[in-house]
Amino acid sequence: MAATITVFIVAPDQTLWSGEARSVSAPTVEGYIGLLPSHEPVLAVLNPGTVGVVSEDGKRDEVEITGGFLSFDQDAVTIVTDPRPGIPLP
Amino acid sequence: MSGKQREYRGRIRSTQSLKKIFRAMELIAASRIGKARQRLGEAAPYTRAIQRAISSVTYHSNTDHPLTSERDDTNRVAVLVITADRGMAGAYSANVLREAERLRERLESEGKEVAQYAAGRRAVSYYKFRHRDLVATWDDGSDSPTFDRAIEIADTLHAAFLADADKGGVSEIHVVYTRFNSMVKQEPWVLRMLPIEVVEGVAETTDEVPPLYDFEPGAEEVLDALFPRYLRARIFTCLLQAAASELANRQRAMNTAVTNAEDIIRQYTRLANSARQSEITQEISEIVSGADALAAGS
Repeated sequence: MAATITVFIVAPDQTLWSGEARSVSAPTVEGYIGLLPSHEPVLAVLNPGTVGVVSEDGKRDEVEITGGFLSFDQDAVTIVTDPRPGIPLP
Repeated sequence: MSGKQREYRGRIRSTQSLKKIFRAMELIAASRIGKARQRLGEAAPYTRAIQRAISSVTYHSNTDHPLTSERDDTNRVAVLVITADRGMAGAYSANVLREAERLRERLESEGKEVAQYAAGRRAVSYYKFRHRDLVATWDDGSDSPTFDRAIEIADTLHAAFLADADKGGVSEIHVVYTRFNSMVKQEPWVLRMLPIEVVEGVAETTDEVPPLYDFEPGAEEVLDALFPRYLRARIFTCLLQAAASELANRQRAMNTAVTNAEDIIRQYTRLANSARQSEITQEISEIVSGADALAAGS
């Protein structure tokens, strides 16, 4: 059993966070979902909110998202977020 | 200095200043193309993630979503053409427009009615000149497209696809743009964006069957949320590819223009030199013949 999840948080113009993590929490439309390694595959629609990522060394990172969706399978999670408002595209 | 020489010198000067402008535009295109390619690279993970999710959902769910099924209540089809705002990029816009005309002929021979959408001033003026009806146009910013522009275009097309047949609804959406294969190869490309060819999408991932996802809240809602994003991402990718192609074409065109300017300068320099020399020869022969005449007279 893999002890970490491979995380990608991507916006249309950039990758916001990528790396290995111990756990991930994300605001789905039905409430927060917590993802640990070996979670079943899930595809969920996200609300605006904060994605929490606990990285390998136990540090907790928070990424603001403005909605999107996440897909989790084989211990890899991809969180796709909409462009962040107020941050102009290059 | 005689009139002839002055004329040549004037042409050399004006060609030299043109050459400077061409060179500057070449350098600008060259520097922007790096950025355009970088943005293309940055947008790739997003598009890939959405595409993967879409193919998983359509693979596993039997939901009959309007966006994956063919419409047969209307024979209108939307064609979006993406060209440059400005010329000075060789045959870039002309190639795309030629491809679009070919597509239009093909669609019309299939008995379909084409609803034309145009992005880029070149396309807009091309169709305006031919008095074709344009459903919607977007100009400005063809060489550095923003995601907001992609949202505008995608949402307009999306709305047309979902609209009723009598309110201008369309049954298919095609996009004609220029694919950026490499710095030296860009080709006009036709992409059928909607309805999504699910069969093809699955064929692409035959090496791994998508996992059986748990959909939250449900397959239908996930699809509803995914599709607008999918369209936006695809349109954005098309715009970015077109922008990179435009800049690559402009860089090449300007490079050729610089070479041509140099040729012209060389040519006129030779003409000016020979004009100067023949003038000197003429003056000498005048002086000599004058002196001869004086010597003969005394």
